[in-house]
Amino acid sequence: MKVSIPTPLRSYTGAAQVEACGATVAEVLADLDRRYPGIRFRMIDEQDDIRPHVKIFINRERIAALDVALEPGDEVQILQALSGG
Amino acid sequence: MPPLLLIGTRKGVFLLRGDADRASWSLDGPHFLGHLAYHVVLDPRDRRSLLVAAKTGHLGPTVFGSSDLGKSWTEASRPPAFEKLEGGKGRVVDHVFWLEPGAAEERGVWYAGTSPPALFRSEDGGDTWSPVSGWNDHPMWSTWTEAGADGTPDGSILHSINVDPRDTSHVYVGVSGGGVFESTDGCRSWAPLNAGCAADFDPEPNPEFGHDPHCVRLHPLAPDVLWQQNHCGIYRMHRPEGVWQRVGDNMPRDVGDIGFPVGLHPRDPDSAWVFPMDGTDVWPRTSPDGRPAVYRTRDAGRSWERHDRGLPRENAWWTVLRQSMAVDAGDPVGIYFGTTTGQVWGSRDEGESWRSVAENLPHIYSVEVAEPEA
Repeated sequence: MKVSIPTPLRSYTGAAQVEACGATVAEVLADLDRRYPGIRFRMIDEQDDIRPHVKIFINRERIAALDVALEPGDEVQILQALSGG
Repeated sequence: MPPLLLIGTRKGVFLLRGDADRASWSLDGPHFLGHLAYHVVLDPRDRRSLLVAAKTGHLGPTVFGSSDLGKSWTEASRPPAFEKLEGGKGRVVDHVFWLEPGAAEERGVWYAGTSPPALFRSEDGGDTWSPVSGWNDHPMWSTWTEAGADGTPDGSILHSINVDPRDTSHVYVGVSGGGVFESTDGCRSWAPLNAGCAADFDPEPNPEFGHDPHCVRLHPLAPDVLWQQNHCGIYRMHRPEGVWQRVGDNMPRDVGDIGFPVGLHPRDPDSAWVFPMDGTDVWPRTSPDGRPAVYRTRDAGRSWERHDRGLPRENAWWTVLRQSMAVDAGDPVGIYFGTTTGQVWGSRDEGESWRSVAENLPHIYSVEVAEPEA
């Protein structure tokens, strides 16, 4: 499925949109990290929580945990929160 | 050997390459523009590998490394991170603050101090990091560090990692707030080392821990000598005696002995430099009266000389942070410091006179001086 990447993480992907596979958000992020090593830890902490200034949306619905199931064709958007003025 | 200044700033990394006379400097950077770069350190064992402790305002912490003096960079494949705690709220590394190479014979070994105040170790040149359980999971960790809650405005930190060059299992760390702690068994067990040190903010007159060391340095050629710039003054310890002596009492009263950094002479354990700041009233943390000066002792803190030739004579309201003063190995030694307003100042005459070697950089967190391979 297609995953939208915010500008702070494009040093890893080199692109605004990339492909990744998985049946859950956690699996998609793991696949992203295999393709672009290091990207996951910048947005997900060691307790598997989404970092405070990173937001993940599935089909434009914001999610709070990584165990959300995904369907083929779902749209995954990773956004950097507006914070800091 | 031409020196290389490694500068960590609030907006990235800068490298300042000096000539052999330490007279002219060329700026290289920014690297990692926009990153909070807390510390940039050269591996003294190969003199060409660099590590950078970095994060951004929005992304998690990491460590970048270079094996070619900053020409190219790679990211740690496993940055410092706590173990995942199943079924509970586990700790999270907010940022890596301090990087310290292991002893000369421990090639590839590095230590990292973080916020919250935890210790991590790498044995592969900074590519993968593991928690140091003896400190991070110590039964007293939450008590000593107030669970990382009581700290600096940017968060409680573990800093000032000092490895005894005679014995790699002998390690000191500084915790803000918490105090100085020592391990003599390879970081497996720890004990506070704060006797004699004031903690004016604690109602207990002589607490065992809870102090606020700003910078602790061990003299490399006299490893029983420790210097400490503390929240409450300047201290020196002869380790066999085990008691901090407040040598800052010998500073001029109108300047005081509050500050962040302390720099040591590479060969003379009785010589050190400090950069006092205003610790009165609401703690402005600026140069006292807006008149910056470095103070030097050559007699183990019994007396101090003011050195401000070349520095602004008035209206300079900046601060030098705990990692932002460095001393080279030249003869006479060179001293360098970076300011919170983005200037780097250098002295080629052991601090007696100063000149600006870089301006208009971002807020400077750290300055290290290195002697890279030719």
